[in-house]
Amino acid sequence: MGFDKFGRKSFTGVTKTAKFVDLLAEGKIEGTVCKQCGAKYFPPRSDCAACLSKDMEWFEMPKKGTLETFTIAYYAPFGFEKDCPYTMGVADFSDNLKLFARLAGDIKPEDVKVGMNVSIRPLKYDDGQMSFEITKA
Amino acid sequence: MAKEVAIIGVGQSSFVRGYEGSIRELAFEAFREAMQDAGIANKDVDASIFCSAPEYDKQRSPAGVLAEYLGLIPQPTFYIETVCSSSSSGVKVGYSMIKAGLHDVVVVLGFQKMSEITSAESQERMGRGADIQWEAPFGTMMPAYYALYAQAYMAKNGLTHDDLMNVRVKSGTYGQTNDRAVFRKGVKPADFDPKNPDARMAAAVAWPLRVGDACANADGSSCIILANAEKAKAFSKKPVWILGIGAASEAVNMAARPDFAKGLSVGYGAAKQAYNMAGITAKDVKVAEVHDCFTIAEIMAYEGLGFAPMGDGKQLIREKTTYKEGRIPVNVDGGLLSKGHPIGATGGSQMRTIVLQLRGEAGPMQVPGDPDIGLVHNVGGVGLYGNVTIFGR
Ligand SMILES: [Zn+2]
Repeated sequence: MGFDKFGRKSFTGVTKTAKFVDLLAEGKIEGTVCKQCGAKYFPPRSDCAACLSKDMEWFEMPKKGTLETFTIAYYAPFGFEKDCPYTMGVADFSDNLKLFARLAGDIKPEDVKVGMNVSIRPLKYDDGQMSFEITKA
Repeated sequence: MAKEVAIIGVGQSSFVRGYEGSIRELAFEAFREAMQDAGIANKDVDASIFCSAPEYDKQRSPAGVLAEYLGLIPQPTFYIETVCSSSSSGVKVGYSMIKAGLHDVVVVLGFQKMSEITSAESQERMGRGADIQWEAPFGTMMPAYYALYAQAYMAKNGLTHDDLMNVRVKSGTYGQTNDRAVFRKGVKPADFDPKNPDARMAAAVAWPLRVGDACANADGSSCIILANAEKAKAFSKKPVWILGIGAASEAVNMAARPDFAKGLSVGYGAAKQAYNMAGITAKDVKVAEVHDCFTIAEIMAYEGLGFAPMGDGKQLIREKTTYKEGRIPVNVDGGLLSKGHPIGATGGSQMRTIVLQLRGEAGPMQVPGDPDIGLVHNVGGVGLYGNVTIFGR
């Protein structure tokens, strides 16, 4: 799939990391790891800034993390208005790996707390767009 | 403290909603004031640097167009961009050109006509403010990003919504005295009270941030005229010297950011460089302008600049330490929250305020005690770029 399939609405269609969307369709949320120096990246990158290698492979993101922070958006940019309000946050998996995403719609805003245990899962929208979301652990 | 590059002229347009003129005419307002302040003629200017955030510009490559309108051709001109800190970056580049001996006098002009584009276009651009590949697809915008910092910071450091409100109350106190500010009304706690049907500032934008926690868009321009020591002494009775400059950058993606509860890393990084270069510490600063695009940003800036220990910024607002009469007055021109935030013009406007303060010419905004060292903290994006500049007489 092209990268235009990524997210609620994609802003760019072409990247060497477009396989990320195919992996989402297979139920996997993956970052990239440098085969030369072992640096791990999420979101995935096709090039390693640590050692300038282009030799990268995919690895599956951990599932257990904590919610480092979050916000509830009551206004949205163009194209996202119908989703309001929605919660977005940063999940921390330690090992220098974090992930930014929306929180699953079934989590009530008042139940969201900094430091709560969270997990992540792929998400397919009705229009076929692929994404991922943060869920309650 | 080397006195090698000085500011010899400052100017700023009024910051307004919907400027009644073109970007050239807007740029002219700040330029004219700065040139008259410096008392120099166009032929005395050796180069010009123009600064804005291009997503709001219809005009492609505005530097050449504006240089012609201001009468600064055939001298060299070019364009610098770091979003909200563009004009601080422009001053850094101008400083470098003068220090390198390339030019004697350089004009740095920041401008933004945010009303140049329609509100629909503006709403579309809002969604592309940060990482368009990995974050914009979730529906992000500026208030949400700063809200991520606010949420983590409040949870860890005991900062309250009332503390944030009190940053805005302080801003309103001084915005009333700034004849260039877009928002010139005082702010009172009732404006933030959700039980008050007339509360203008209580509605959530991106929780925990409310309408009153955010600055407003504005159209505006600012102009800073830099000169080497020889020209500064020849042209200016009251040159204000650039003593220190620091600049830093950070990952655009939130997933690559360090601890959110610790604030913006670029604030710390840029401050350290600037203090080292100037050979001073935070205690030496007598008046400061910090980048309060959101109330939380001012609290985080206190800590990055060393005005308060990490996690303790709330004390400065609780104890009114950053009011005019306090130990370290901050944003006594109303800051971005009251002046408005015309992206490319903001850094130059902050510098103008500090220059006027150090010259004792800030009028009703003047801080007492004849301040001799001032500081400007100007952030681009959500802590994507950080700039700190230190000034002295
Ligand atoms: Zn590597």
